[in-house]
Amino acid sequence: MFSAMLGEAWRAMGANRLRTFLTMLGMVIGVGAVVLMMAIGQGAQESVKQSINAMGSNLFIVLSGSFTASGARSGSGNASSLTVIDANAISELDGVSNVAPISMGNAQVVFGNNNWATSIIGTTPAYLEIRVWDLEDGYVFSESDMRSATRVALIGKTVVDNIFGDINPIGKTIRIKQNPFVVLGVLKSKGQSLDGRDQDDTIIIPLTTAQRKILGNRFAGSVRQIMVQANTPEVMTMVEQNINGLLNQRHNIREGADSDFFVRNLTAVANSAAETTRTMSLLLGAIASVSLLVGGIGIMNIMLVSVTERTREIGIRMAIGARERDILLQFLLEAIVISVIGCLIGLFLGITGAMLVNKLTQAAVVISGNSVMIAFAVAASVGIFFGFYPARKAARLNPIEALRYQ
Amino acid sequence: MAQSLVLVSDLHKDYQTAAGAITVLKQVNFSMDAGDFVAIMGPSGSGKSTFMNILGCLDKPTSGQYTLDGHQVANLSGNALAQIRNQTIGFVFQGFNLLSRVSLLDNVALPLVYSGVNKSERQARAKVLLEKVGLGQYINSLPNQISGGQQQRVAIARALVNHPRLILADEPTGNLDSKTSEDIMTLFSELNADGITIVLVTHESDIAAYASRQIRFLDGRIVQDTRSKTIASIASAKEPD
Ligand SMILES: Nc1ncnc2c1ncn2[C@@H]1O[C@H](COP(=O)(O)OP(=O)(O)OP(=O)(O)O)[C@@H](O)[C@H]1O
Ligand SMILES: [Mg+2]
Repeated sequence: MFSAMLGEAWRAMGANRLRTFLTMLGMVIGVGAVVLMMAIGQGAQESVKQSINAMGSNLFIVLSGSFTASGARSGSGNASSLTVIDANAISELDGVSNVAPISMGNAQVVFGNNNWATSIIGTTPAYLEIRVWDLEDGYVFSESDMRSATRVALIGKTVVDNIFGDINPIGKTIRIKQNPFVVLGVLKSKGQSLDGRDQDDTIIIPLTTAQRKILGNRFAGSVRQIMVQANTPEVMTMVEQNINGLLNQRHNIREGADSDFFVRNLTAVANSAAETTRTMSLLLGAIASVSLLVGGIGIMNIMLVSVTERTREIGIRMAIGARERDILLQFLLEAIVISVIGCLIGLFLGITGAMLVNKLTQAAVVISGNSVMIAFAVAASVGIFFGFYPARKAARLNPIEALRYQ
Repeated sequence: MAQSLVLVSDLHKDYQTAAGAITVLKQVNFSMDAGDFVAIMGPSGSGKSTFMNILGCLDKPTSGQYTLDGHQVANLSGNALAQIRNQTIGFVFQGFNLLSRVSLLDNVALPLVYSGVNKSERQARAKVLLEKVGLGQYINSLPNQISGGQQQRVAIARALVNHPRLILADEPTGNLDSKTSEDIMTLFSELNADGITIVLVTHESDIAAYASRQIRFLDGRIVQDTRSKTIASIASAKEPD
């Protein structure tokens, strides 16, 4: 019975191929658009998520404030107000799991005949822990390297590619601002940061070495930034307050006066970036869904025409014993077959399109089994929903009036 | 006395038109036994088709009773009516009413789809009937590839495929030439001889002569009811249902 009805649906669709094709096209475009937009949206979300994970979790960054010299105010981070001792004091606070003082700057790096301008980060081994940054090869400098300010370096992928090429960098000596440094390790690739910087274009050296040999500070022991990691997301507000209180006290800042530092909640910034991409991908999906809806209305339109055209056929079927539900099922099945086939073609085109977008623009796309299932379920429901009214109209026809219909 | 297969009493049928209600059937009383072969005659517009449609459970009377095989038709649900149209009654129309996009075999097999018979049996039974009406070599043709007389035979085969007890034929020969009409009527006579009850509408008295009983409609009333003795009617009288 059911297979006979499927056969009927197939035959009815074949009887007017152009019309069936055009009706299907609405569905194809709708599903294709939804799949493509979901793939792009989820891809964007996924890359933001990766950037956030690469950044590390529950992070604060404490920046030194601006200083005023002869009336001109420098940008934040330029005053030498933060020190390693501040960092040590912060690490004693409740809820703080890790602290890394950071000094940084840019320098020219030379190996053999190659040279490359890159950013130099002077910090402690804790920095790599906070940022969940592993080594691809070699090992991290130690506390004793820190104490004796050894000239050792961990280098990022981009730097390796630019000055070493195929040579294994471990144990080789590079020159940073004329100073020889031994390469201890190669950092794993981290890709782009949330703000689009290449995080692999960097060299990490011990903080003490950076202060003494490379970056040169006006005050010994001062640092640009202190990276602070809290134990859990819940304690972040408390930790932020405590850092502010501690540093105000240490820097003798009176109540109401301007601080000479800033505490920035990096995790909150990252979360709002994630929220933005989520909203964007929802919006893309919503716009694409409209075309699916239009496709559904197209099906309903054609099914209504088809019911009218086939009124006499419906009358004949009723006269020889078709029940209401047989007629209902027949037309419903036709609508479902059209939408499901349209959906399959749309899925194919949407996935192909997503891959093409990935090829052409390098933008990340994610085609999840979930989004495919959802698209399929939605298409089938669209078929049922928009096919139901015409089918019921057919099933409710009076047999004798249907037979008389010319 | 045997229970009548068809029992109609005090039947009325009104139609609502723009000009107001018109009464098409008035006080129709009628009964027939299993095995009868009845011809209905009467001028155009006298209500013959309306009466046939009510007998065939395609239309409902405005008032009055219709009992088919002991069941009050007015009390039956839509599904029960569909089942009666499917299994108890075979309808043959003047305009054949075949599905034009479907092969003759599938046309004949269609009622079996709605009684849930599986495909191989559907096709086998349809094939037997097409052979019986002399169209065995056309089973895969489409209706528009055969003549009108052949189409009417296909329609009869379709009406027979579910072994109905009652055949209702509304001017089955109305569109056919006299030679073809004769062939169709011979087929009906054979079916009646096999015990199938037949009601047939016609305008031609030589066609009506094939039946064992003639009824005449005039302005929505039965005005005449005569019996001509045939073997079939005698047989049915002896054989209560
Ligand atoms: N749906 C309808 N609405 C209004 N009037 C109708 C309808 N169907 C039939 N009639 C009227 O009922 C009357 C009887 O029609 P019916 O078809 O039963 O006649 P008939 O005896 O079969 O005629 P013919 O021999 O021409 O087929 C006619 O006057 C017709 O106009
Ligand atoms: Mg008529």
